[in-house]
Amino acid sequence: MKERIGVYICHCGGNISDYVDVEELGKMFHEQDGVIISKDVMFACADSNQKAMVKDIEEHQLDAIVVASCSPKLHLHTFKNVASRAGLNPTNYVQVNIREQCSWPHSDKPREATVKAAGLIRAGIHRVSHSESLDNIEISVTKAVLVVGAGVSGMKAAIDLARLGNEVFLVEKDYFVGGRIAQNEKLFMSGQKGKDVVTALYKEMKTLKNITLFTGASVDKVSGSLGNFHVDVKVKPRFINGKADKQVVKQAMEECPVYIYDEFNLGLAKRKAIYKNYPEALPDVPVIDAEALKDESDFKAKYASVFNFNEQEEVLSLIVGSVLITTGYDSYQPKVGEYGYKMLPNVLTLPEFKRLMELSPEKLIYNDQQIKKIAFIYCVGNRQTKGPNKYCSRQCCTSTIYTSLQLKEKYKDITAFHLYRDIRTYGKQEILYDQSSKQGDFYFKFEEKEAPVVEQKGKSLVLKFKDYLTAKMPLEVEADMVVLVTGMVAREDSVRISEHFKIPIGNDKFFNEIHPKLKPVETVIKGVYIGGSCQGPKNISESVQSSLSAAAKINALLKSGTVSIDPVIARVNGDACTWCGKCAEVCDYTAIKEVDSDGKRIARVNKAICTGCGICAPVCPVNAIEIAQYTDLEIESMIDGFMEAVEIKEREISTEVAEDTNAVTMKEYPQLWKNILQTMNGIKKSIPEVADELAEDKDIVTYHMMTMNKYSVVMAAGMDDKEEYYYYKIKNQ
Amino acid sequence: MTQDQKKPKILVFSTDKISDPGIDQAGLRKIHYAPSVYVISLPCSSGVKPRWIMHALEKGFDGVFIAADGHECSYSSKCAEHTNQIILDSQALMTAKGISPKRIRMAALCSVCAEPFASHMENFSKILSNLDSTKD
Repeated sequence: MKERIGVYICHCGGNISDYVDVEELGKMFHEQDGVIISKDVMFACADSNQKAMVKDIEEHQLDAIVVASCSPKLHLHTFKNVASRAGLNPTNYVQVNIREQCSWPHSDKPREATVKAAGLIRAGIHRVSHSESLDNIEISVTKAVLVVGAGVSGMKAAIDLARLGNEVFLVEKDYFVGGRIAQNEKLFMSGQKGKDVVTALYKEMKTLKNITLFTGASVDKVSGSLGNFHVDVKVKPRFINGKADKQVVKQAMEECPVYIYDEFNLGLAKRKAIYKNYPEALPDVPVIDAEALKDESDFKAKYASVFNFNEQEEVLSLIVGSVLITTGYDSYQPKVGEYGYKMLPNVLTLPEFKRLMELSPEKLIYNDQQIKKIAFIYCVGNRQTKGPNKYCSRQCCTSTIYTSLQLKEKYKDITAFHLYRDIRTYGKQEILYDQSSKQGDFYFKFEEKEAPVVEQKGKSLVLKFKDYLTAKMPLEVEADMVVLVTGMVAREDSVRISEHFKIPIGNDKFFNEIHPKLKPVETVIKGVYIGGSCQGPKNISESVQSSLSAAAKINALLKSGTVSIDPVIARVNGDACTWCGKCAEVCDYTAIKEVDSDGKRIARVNKAICTGCGICAPVCPVNAIEIAQYTDLEIESMIDGFMEAVEIKEREISTEVAEDTNAVTMKEYPQLWKNILQTMNGIKKSIPEVADELAEDKDIVTYHMMTMNKYSVVMAAGMDDKEEYYYYKIKNQ
Repeated sequence: MTQDQKKPKILVFSTDKISDPGIDQAGLRKIHYAPSVYVISLPCSSGVKPRWIMHALEKGFDGVFIAADGHECSYSSKCAEHTNQIILDSQALMTAKGISPKRIRMAALCSVCAEPFASHMENFSKILSNLDSTKD
């Protein structure tokens, strides 16, 4: 129990003290509460106060501190660091939010706000008095990384991780690397060939001895945790004799009598039963479809040296410190009949159409018909108001428009109709939209509720729709081919990956990061990161950016050989535990295991895996499991703190000095704002002028002026003659 | 004592990644709710122990509100299910002690749910006031 607590209550320059009687609260807590020092301070986060706190902690040998100020989201770490600097364990610090959760929402009731603040601070004092000094948990880590998926994101990340000195295992489900970009003849913005990018990356990988690539491989089993994941990788056989003469293999490929479905070309062509995705596909080792060749005994006998039908599936066990998932996306597959798909002959999806273009070097011919007029229907399977895919896939607009530019360049006599809902060619991609407009593409806007209808009329397709750009005029467009611009969806096997690594899946079925802005590539599973479009729709640049940022995070994690993790995790009271298994049952991370402890079966928490979510705590029938810093003692003492009676003297209410400033409703603002605004009544003023007039520190005036500017209370009104300072004026005045 | 001071005391269990930012935003935007609302922040709404709820009700809180993470939970896809079970377990304990099960409530609250938070507090307050007037 802590008995030398320091309490600091922040005015926040009026943000708190205009409503909450901070000075009175500063006098409220005494030695009987375990409080040695209790102060009200103008800005708790100011450097001067931080230094004073360090001095107080050292001089008065404080064993815990409470700061009542803004939301912990802003300054929790500021004050934890203060504690650390003064030699106090940061887990003996509690922040109480009396701004966002007290002075601001209760600015209409200052007295009640003060009573509430007293309760909140008392709860904070109670909590900190039961706080324990917890040290971060140190775990030694293996300097090896598993990258799942050898698309552009995975390959780029693997290269960087290897360059930084990590052992990298790159696992690709397909027999060839490159993922989806190899299926794009040319890539928008850079104009490079997708296949060239894949080749360049592969060659770069080959120069790095510490990358091991597994193709035709998938993750089979995962155990262990941060620093030491044990992963079994299953590698499918290629059935080819690795030592066979390359010329003979080539000849066998040419003479192979059996054709099979061509996945790479999305069924728009057939491929031989000995194949590569495309001639330059890498690794340069063909794959044999043994099943398709089962009745071809003559052919097999002729090329016996090429085959190795005895090759078995292999399972390799790897130990890695961290995992990066870059498994990519699937393209939305329209339902049969959706805009005529699979019911009308010349309706294709955009990925299929791109394959058709690459397979048609001179003339665009499909179903024996020369295609000259093409209609693109956008947002297919995305931005669904009622369906599950509510999101926008962000890259399809640009991809379609780029395809349309390619069409004209490649086949000349082409007319393109774009039936869109909104065009999202953001950033530099807007240039492509401009080019497409200039080359004479037609753009029509429709709405989801009145989607175009596609019908067959003789050899042509007719699209009927209402054009929202011309007052919803009903229009009909005749086309030789309709291309459905399908968006991205989560991969079908993402559920399996999520189960292996225990990473959460969002409503959109893509993998979930911890925080979209602050932890964009981290998952709740320590040591498991996500990059590229497995996380949500992204174009190639964005995918690479995210996978490289994950690579940097992983390198930082593994660099020192040990990892320090937050001590806020579950712990078991071995005396009370009678092992019923309920805690292990609810733990999604398999962090809890049954162990033997002096002949007794009890639960044990794997510190490296536990996320500290606390889901296990309420289900324990004997209350034998708890989360550090969220113990019964801490939470229940907080509740007691809220309920303790508070005596507060009535504060003299200052007269509203600025009531006559009619530009804005003044009563909601802190006193300093009111003073600043009063000096500016109808006149534009610069920050030094206001500071002089109010005899206030210029820095403080700047801080508040910026805040008022942010909340649209004031606005900039030109610069002074020396072009040194901006003038500000009250908004709408 | 003013009318406002009679407002029911509500204890909110919130979560630091999801509902806390929503509640903070209500403050930032000066969306007013009763000052008799107190918030305890936890990592996940599925970590609320029924004994804490009982402790709060026995110590004088009029109601307990769990701001659930629901589908947004980054820890568990079954978060809503787990939190719901906590409510059911607590209600069984409450009924055994003669406390109305209506004194506990749960709703999903997102990281920008400022207005919804204020209106949840308003509605729950009304429910609790009605319970008090009928001495339930």
